[in-house]
Parts: sequence; structure tokens; C-alpha cells
Amino acid sequence: VSGAPGGREPQPSFSGTPPFPEAARLALADDQLRRNLRRATTTIRTKRSRAVAERPDWEALRLSGAAIKDDVIARLAELLEQLESNVTAAGGVVHWARDAAEANAIVVELVRAAGASEVVKVKSMTTQEIELNEALGQAGIDAWETDLAELIVQLGHDLPSHILVPAIHRNRTEIREIFRTEMGAAGRPAPSDLTDEPRDLAEAARLHLREKFLRAKVAVSGANFAIAETGTVMVVESEGNGRMCLTLPETLITVMGIEKLLPTWRDLEVFLQLLPRSSTAERMNPYTSMWTGVTPGDGPQAFHLVLLDNGRTDVLRDEVGRQALRCIKCSACLNVCPVYERTGGRAYGSPYPGPIGAILTPQLRGISRHPVDEQTASLPYASSLCGACFEVCPVRIDIPEVLIHLRTQVVKQHGWRARTFGEETVTMRVLASTFASPGRLDGAERLAGIGGRVVGRTGRIGRLPLPGLLGAWFKRRDLPAPARPSFRRWWRLRPRPDGEP
Amino acid sequence: VKIALFITCFNDLLFPGVGKAVVELLSRLGHEVDFPEAQTCCGQIHFNTGYRDECVPLVRRFDRAFGEFDAIVTPSASCATMVRHHHSTVAGESGDAALAASVARVSPRVYELSELLVDVLGVTDVGATFPHRVTFHPTCHSLRLLQIGDRPRRLLEAVRGLELVDLPGSAECCGFGGTFAVKNPDTSVAMGEDKIASVVGTGAEVLASADTSCLMHLGGLLSRQRSTVRVMHLAEILASTGVQR
Repeated sequence: VSGAPGGREPQPSFSGTPPFPEAARLALADDQLRRNLRRATTTIRTKRSRAVAERPDWEALRLSGAAIKDDVIARLAELLEQLESNVTAAGGVVHWARDAAEANAIVVELVRAAGASEVVKVKSMTTQEIELNEALGQAGIDAWETDLAELIVQLGHDLPSHILVPAIHRNRTEIREIFRTEMGAAGRPAPSDLTDEPRDLAEAARLHLREKFLRAKVAVSGANFAIAETGTVMVVESEGNGRMCLTLPETLITVMGIEKLLPTWRDLEVFLQLLPRSSTAERMNPYTSMWTGVTPGDGPQAFHLVLLDNGRTDVLRDEVGRQALRCIKCSACLNVCPVYERTGGRAYGSPYPGPIGAILTPQLRGISRHPVDEQTASLPYASSLCGACFEVCPVRIDIPEVLIHLRTQVVKQHGWRARTFGEETVTMRVLASTFASPGRLDGAERLAGIGGRVVGRTGRIGRLPLPGLLGAWFKRRDLPAPARPSFRRWWRLRPRPDGEP
Repeated sequence: VKIALFITCFNDLLFPGVGKAVVELLSRLGHEVDFPEAQTCCGQIHFNTGYRDECVPLVRRFDRAFGEFDAIVTPSASCATMVRHHHSTVAGESGDAALAASVARVSPRVYELSELLVDVLGVTDVGATFPHRVTFHPTCHSLRLLQIGDRPRRLLEAVRGLELVDLPGSAECCGFGGTFAVKNPDTSVAMGEDKIASVVGTGAEVLASADTSCLMHLGGLLSRQRSTVRVMHLAEILASTGVQR
């Protein structure tokens, strides 16, 4: 694929991702991907535990983080209005967007009004969620990603696979190839003698991006936090490319999910400890940019804040599911997740991958209210419920609890109807009826014991060419043959030391 | 102490030897074990897969079967987790206040085997002999939900002749995950194969655990690969006296 990757051509999209088991199967077949992911997640994981272990009050910080976010969730309407009035008072303009289409239309209109045909972007999950680059492209506006990893993804006509490290699935040899073949079409080309040394790769990106920073009239960003009390918006990052976007252009447009609020300035004390240590395993991230409306003669002279709902108020209504809105997008849960480590992020079919994606995406897509597509319905099951995610979550989102909760919603919404759940539903009903009495269970165990003797004479059942869920077990695993007698039967027949009947 | 055994549906059918080992071990330590025959399943399969309505009668059945006992032991950290952590959720949602009250009373009396031995019976040396090289897989539910910590390790270290070797990356999930194993078979197997590679790397003859569900998965992979590593439940090792049974 060639041509300018700035947004005018059709871009790769998460839509069309198969249900998780199939997407995972495809990802697992990619050995390079598995090696890259394993190395990267293991490294971040180890560094994070070290950074967290330095804080004796880590558990107290987590409790505070959860409590502050729960307060935000409880008082969201009030705090949003407070934020709006403070941003407006400081010279900013606040826009409210119910969904992706509204948010995209607002941004496109603002860029046009500024007389620009391109924007530079700070990495932003929210604009990925609404597919803003696609919308800008359709309006003839180039969107240039400036976060290094995001640039790699964009130049590679690729999809992000990690919240914090969107190009985690790429190693440096692959990155050199992407830079060499794609940079020229998007702007300043990479030097022809580019090596795969990190320093050289970073320098090529720096020169390529510098041109865009100096030229762009409009920047689009997301936000890590917004302070209701002061109207201050904030972005934390590592590279300084975000700082360039946030300070150089004349117009700054920030698209922010409505849950990103914090009530007061003091609350940053908690979150600026929780976020860097959980995400990059740093005590403090290198760049923290904050701005309150517009400052005359300094930085962007027009500031627009687009507040995005896009399903969030529906999530608020779910007493168990709403804790997902505490998320500060640190990605600690991805790095410890044994499923994510093997499948990578793209298998989740959403910019929000890993454990948090498995509970956030289905909720944003309305799983509690109506049947969802098969891919969305597969996400709450993309977990072994090992609990490693909950253990590291800086705002104590009990991800396994929400996963199980969402599974009940999938079953309620789909039940017999969906193809993939038919067999499962029948199995669950049969099991429930078997477990309804010890007599029935005993009968089923005797039958299984007889069957086991037929197919598993050696005490184990090997390859069984069965369809469906049972067959899925036997593809690469054996099973011990059901016992004769079962424990229950052995107990009843066992010789008693005291000669009781 | 009069102890009720909650065998779990899984062990009842596929690993009855584990139940026999628990009975043998506790009898050897001088305790009477009862097996309430009304028991079937704790409901974890249904609960974790999203079939919560089907769970209510199973919680009720468990509660009735075990209501009169002071201590209930189960050779499954996973099922102990279900009873201790989730039965109250199911009972609460059922709207049956009497059930909720009863569950609140009964479920804390459920102990995973190593908890019963160490915390209730106050024993770490159970008088076992097992002259083999063993590595231990601390399952996710025992580690992160029950938090049984080093209890199994302390019990194993007191076994005569047993050489306990560390399992690298032991805290990582083996990939079983209940219905995850069949709903996401490729990911489950990929996780399991990494786990058994670590197990084989330790040079252990036996892979032990407090959950036969994980062992069924790992044992199934080992067996398919024609490995000589055997899987055994903690109870079977602790019941062992070095004499061939």
C-alpha cells in the first residue's frame, strides 16, 4: 500500500474484526508478533512492579483514586457544568457531543473555520474511538499523528495494539522498514542509510515531524484529566511531541470523554502518582502540559473542548459496570494480562484492548440495553478470569467482576438466538438439570464412566474428533477418563472401620 | 473436629482419588470426615459463564447440604472461591433473604484443604513421605482470591523425601479458566503450553496444585505431548506414606 497516510485514503479499521476466539487464533499464528509482545510486556511488567514497590502507600493511593473517580461518576452532571463554566470564563469554548458522529462533525467544522486543511494530533484514545482521522480524511483534511508509536502505526497503515505503546507489536527492524518506505509519501523522507538503532529511528521521526509542527495551524488532542474546579485540561506524555502540538498551533481542539474529570486540583496529587508508575513505570512522566482556556500572547489563541458521551451515560446506569469509567488508560492491565500477551491488542477489535477493553468496549456499544454483534459479545469471554488485571489496576476496577457481570448480560440478550451460544446454552441447561439432584448426578457419572471405559481404556481419552465446545478441548489436550466408580459411589460402598452399614 | 467434605463435581467424576486422599489424610490425622450426599456442584461453571439464574438452585442446594457443619473442606481453591466470594452475590440477587442470611453463615466455614490443615487444624507436618522432585503451580484463585499464600508450600516442605523446586513465572495463569478453555481454545492452549514448558524446564517428576481443574488442562497437554511429568493434587501427595497404593 502506498500514498499519503494522512487520512485522505481509506484507513484500516477495527470494524470487520472477527469474534475474539478467531481473531486470537490468527494472532497466535504470528510468531514474530508473539515474540515482540512477550518481550515488551515482560519488560514493562517488571519495571512497573519496581516503581510501585517504591511507594509504601500504594494501596492507600489506589483506594483514593477509586474513591475520587467514584465521586466524579456520582456527581458527573454537576462537575461537567462546573468545568464548562470555568473553561468558558478562561476564554475556551465548550462543545457537547452525544456520539461519534456529532463529535466528528464539530471537529471538522472547527478545522474548516480555522481555514486549515491539516491537523497535528497528540495521541488520543478518544479520537480513535470516534474514528476522527477517517472523518477528517473524508472532509479532505490530513490528520498527522505525532506520537512516535502512533506515527509508526499510521505510516504502516496499521492499527494500534496497545493503549500506551500503540506499536508494541512492531520491533525496530520492522519500524525501519516502515520509515524507509512510507515517510516520503507523508512528508520529509527518512534518510536512505537509516539504521534500526533507536537513536537513528527517533531522529528520523523528529525531523519528519518537526516540519509538520511548524506548519500546522490546528492541533487535536485528547486529555488525561480535566479539573472541574479550575477549568484546566491536562495531557501527560513522554516525548514532548504532545507539548509541540499543544503549544505551537493557533487553534487547539481537545476531544475528551466526559468521565475524564477530576473535581479539584488537589486530586492530581493522587493521580500523578498513580498514572506514571502504572503506565510507563516512571516516578513522573517527562512532560505534563496543562492549560486553562486561552492565555493572550502565549500558546493557542483559540481553544475548543469537545465533551464526548458516546455511550458513557448508559454505562453510568449500570451499578456494576460503571466502575469501568474510573479507568485512566494507564494500560497496566494489558501488560499483566496473559491473554493480551499472546494475542496482542488488535484481536480485541477496538482501540481499547486487553482486559479494560473487554469490559469497556461492550458497554460503550450498549451491551446492557440490546443484543450486540458477535464480536462484541465475545469480548467479555476473552479472559481466563485470572485476576492479574484487578491486582495492578491503579483505580481498583474489579475487571473479573465486570467481565462476569457482562457475561450475564450476553446470556440474557442472546440466549438461544445467537449461533455461538446455542450449544453452550443447551450444555448449561443440561448441567443445571443434572446438578439439581445427587441421584441424577450419580446416574450421569455412571454413564460417563461407562463411556470413559469405551474411549479411554488407558485411563485417558486422547484425540476425539468431536465438533463444538467438547471438540475444542481435544484438539491439543487429552482428558482423564471418567472414573469408575465416582467418588460418590466409592463413598457409599467403602468398607467402614467401625462396621457401620 | 467433624469435617464435611465438599468433593466438587469435577473431582467426583474425574479425580475421585483426590477425594479418597483427603479422607485418608484427615482420618490419619485423627479427624472424622463426613460426605453429605446431597451435594452436587457449587455453581461456578454457570456463574462464570453468565448463567446466573441457573446458579440460584445450586447455591441453595449447597447451603442445605452443608448448613449443619462447622468446617467444610474442599480440595479445590477454585470452588472454595466460588462459595466464599460469590455465593453471597447469587443469594443476594435471588431476593431470598433467608437464603442470603444462611449463606452468610455457612460460606465462611468453607476451607480449601491447605487452609484447613494449617489454619484450623494447626498442622504443617502431616506425616507424609513422598520421595520425588515436585514443582507447585499456585493457581490464580488460590493466589489472588483465596490468598492461601505459602500454605501449600509449607505443607510440601514438611513432606519427607520431597524435593520442592521453584516454578518460574508461577503466578501466571495456566490458561484453563473454566469454559475459557473451550470457548477460547487456541489462547488457552497457548498459555498452557508456555506453562508446561516452564514445568518441564524445572526437571520435576510431578506437577502439583491445589486445583485439579488446572491440572486437567496442564495434564492433558503433558499427556498429549507424551511427557513423563505426572500431575497430582496436593492432597494426594500429603496422603502419601511412601508405600505404593
